[in-house]
Amino acid sequence: MSRIGVFVCWCGSNIASTVDVEKVREEAAKIPGVVSAVDYKYMCSDPGQNSLRNVIKEKNLTGVVLAACSPHMHENTFRKAAVKEGLNPYFVEIANIREQVSWVHEDKERATAKAVDLMKMMVEKVKRDKPIEDVRVPLNKKALVIGGGISGIQAALDIANGGVEVILVEKEPSIGGRMIQLDETFPTLDCSSCIMTPKMVEANQHPNIKLYTYSEIEDVSGYIGNFKVKIKKKARSVVEKDCTGCGECWNACPMHKNVKSEFNLNLSERTAIYVPFPQAVPLVPVLDRSVCLHFKKGGKCQKCFDACGPKCIDFSMQDEIIEETVGAIVAATGYDLMETSMYGEYGYGKYKDVVSGLQFERLLSASGPTEGVIKRPSDGKTPQTIVFVQCVGSRDPEKGVPYCSKVCCMYTAKHAKLFAHKVHGSQSYVFYIDIRSTSKGYEEFVRGTMEQDGAVYLRGRVSKIYEDNGKLIVKGADTLSGNQVEIAADMVVLATGVIPKKGSDKLAQMLGISYDKYGFLTESHPKLRPAESSTAGIYLAGMAQGPRDIPESVVSGSAAASKILGLFSKSEYEVEGTISSVNEATCVACFYCQRVCAYNAITRKEIKDRSGNVVKVVASVNPGLCTGCGACVNACFSKSIDVKGFMDDQIYAEIKSLAV
Amino acid sequence: MEDMNVEKEKQKEGTASANTGSQSDPRLIAFVCNWCTYNGADLAGTSRMKYSDNVRVIKLPCTGRIDPLFIVEAFKKGAKGVLVSGCHPGDCHYTSGNYHSRRKYATFRDLLGYLGVDLNRVEFSWISASEGNKWVAVINEFTDKIKSLPDKTTDIFTKK
Repeated sequence: MSRIGVFVCWCGSNIASTVDVEKVREEAAKIPGVVSAVDYKYMCSDPGQNSLRNVIKEKNLTGVVLAACSPHMHENTFRKAAVKEGLNPYFVEIANIREQVSWVHEDKERATAKAVDLMKMMVEKVKRDKPIEDVRVPLNKKALVIGGGISGIQAALDIANGGVEVILVEKEPSIGGRMIQLDETFPTLDCSSCIMTPKMVEANQHPNIKLYTYSEIEDVSGYIGNFKVKIKKKARSVVEKDCTGCGECWNACPMHKNVKSEFNLNLSERTAIYVPFPQAVPLVPVLDRSVCLHFKKGGKCQKCFDACGPKCIDFSMQDEIIEETVGAIVAATGYDLMETSMYGEYGYGKYKDVVSGLQFERLLSASGPTEGVIKRPSDGKTPQTIVFVQCVGSRDPEKGVPYCSKVCCMYTAKHAKLFAHKVHGSQSYVFYIDIRSTSKGYEEFVRGTMEQDGAVYLRGRVSKIYEDNGKLIVKGADTLSGNQVEIAADMVVLATGVIPKKGSDKLAQMLGISYDKYGFLTESHPKLRPAESSTAGIYLAGMAQGPRDIPESVVSGSAAASKILGLFSKSEYEVEGTISSVNEATCVACFYCQRVCAYNAITRKEIKDRSGNVVKVVASVNPGLCTGCGACVNACFSKSIDVKGFMDDQIYAEIKSLAV
Repeated sequence: MEDMNVEKEKQKEGTASANTGSQSDPRLIAFVCNWCTYNGADLAGTSRMKYSDNVRVIKLPCTGRIDPLFIVEAFKKGAKGVLVSGCHPGDCHYTSGNYHSRRKYATFRDLLGYLGVDLNRVEFSWISASEGNKWVAVINEFTDKIKSLPDKTTDIFTKK
């Protein structure tokens, strides 16, 4: 039999001036099962809480209803007080008679009637409350970081420096990501390699970081604290531990003309056995079997093998699957640039001297194909006039994407600046829609490009680019002067839009995290939980979430790391107990619940008899993943699943209590 | 007839309420989610906005938790109007619960019509935690609408 205590709060005059609190108390006392009904001026005050505790103790209450302010205000306060008297915290229910009665109504009699109704509703609910225990999930204190760009490296280093083991997985032969492809970085013009390579080396040498390059995530299962991850380590054909990175192999490779370098965005060639760039970490070459003569011509060529001193080239190496168990994951998969083939009028791909922003970065870079001397790809001459076109693909809902790629305004200003510094007497023109330069030092940087470095900024779109007599003729509009402009340029640089890394959607599906219509990974909450994915234990960092610059990527990597270190600072992960549970006796294993669950929290469970035969398959709720939304409850045809704290019989009782 | 029913109900439940539940003073039940609409209603309170006192709010974790049978049950218990309100599309605290709810509502409406309920008596809305004013507007408009409706349509439920 229930022994319910009802406590009606005056909240000074906040409630008492519009609601007849004594009447509410009297009505409460009439309800069967209510053994105590009191009203008090401030229930949340210390004396108020003490009186609550005293009544719980004296009357041995099985449930408490507070007719007071919103549960979002003081539910926790009263739950804590109840726990001190040994009551389950979920046996405390709040009737919201302040925010939803006294503050919004004026007629005292009717407001009182409403307050009585709400109080009765909660009495009926608390009568049917079941004790709920918070769920504890054990944690494997090891983290997986997917993606070895700046945000992934930052996350890995921060976690590792916090004393936690990290597995860093990178798809490419070297870590470094996009940042290591850049020349100098805005707005300070630090050399990207100079600030990035020490971090890459640190990540490689850190005792707490295990680095898997040239590797991909094959499968992920499990849940927070206990993810089972399969990593495919692709056959590198070079034994990593023996390689000294001396370079004899790639110098010996006869394939040095025909293979385009991915790292240099097709602006130079590489050999079949290669390191993507000289500062690669680890400095161990990869043998590209799709072009290697040994594999194409039946094992005839083995010049690299002959040249290799430590004999670490292994043509028979196989892909390897490595299994790891981790407690948390960071997805930092990065970005790609849009294909600009839909902008045929810009001639990208048709004219060699129309390049993308990232290609121009390689032309500027001292480690790039031209060793930092700006040369046009077509004839190797130094350009005197360059036209930069911003928003190619970005902010174009018709042909490209509607969002702003955020970094292009700044890197274009940087390109124009570096061009002016490297080629004296040169001239650059920038076509833009708006200039977005909103971080620290950014606006001054763009101003400097215009005022000191003489870049001419033209507000408008480019309509056509065509070749004429060795020049690229750029036709566009200057909307500020209202004139059509035509510029004869030596080179054109397109600031192409940022899109999510190819294949990141597949990875997201594997991880069970959500992504938006463009493919960017979505945060659990765009403002308040920007580092968390929708799935517990999986965190996000870097451009995988959307366009952002280097400082923001670093911040997001650190944010993900701090979340993981916070998670791992406890021995177990605690989940609120208000989650779903399955009645296995009535479950018919239709798995409609599984279809509606946004958290992949429902799994198949086999019930076996003593000799191990499967006698029944039922749905089972993973407490590490369930958030207690209750979508599964309504999807269940056999009424076999219910969500604690909001169970069917409670809600029907609430509705019944409102009967008129 | 209606008043007799009400009297009977009152005796059965052993309660007294100033809110008679009659057509001129209808009882409305709102099923709202914990994260958006409940907070929106709280905001109306902290902003001291005033609205019709005919509504009774039942809080659920998510609109995705709302079983269509709750709505039938509410009508059976004499509600003259039922409101379902949750987070705006894309804002669901649980990612997709409001979409499930919207889909259910779309199909369930037809069934309610078949059962003889005037579909004007069921309302569905998105109210965010920052839309205290929208909560006030929705409740007031809905109450006015219910008051203006002819009463016979919910007999199927009130008769039991």
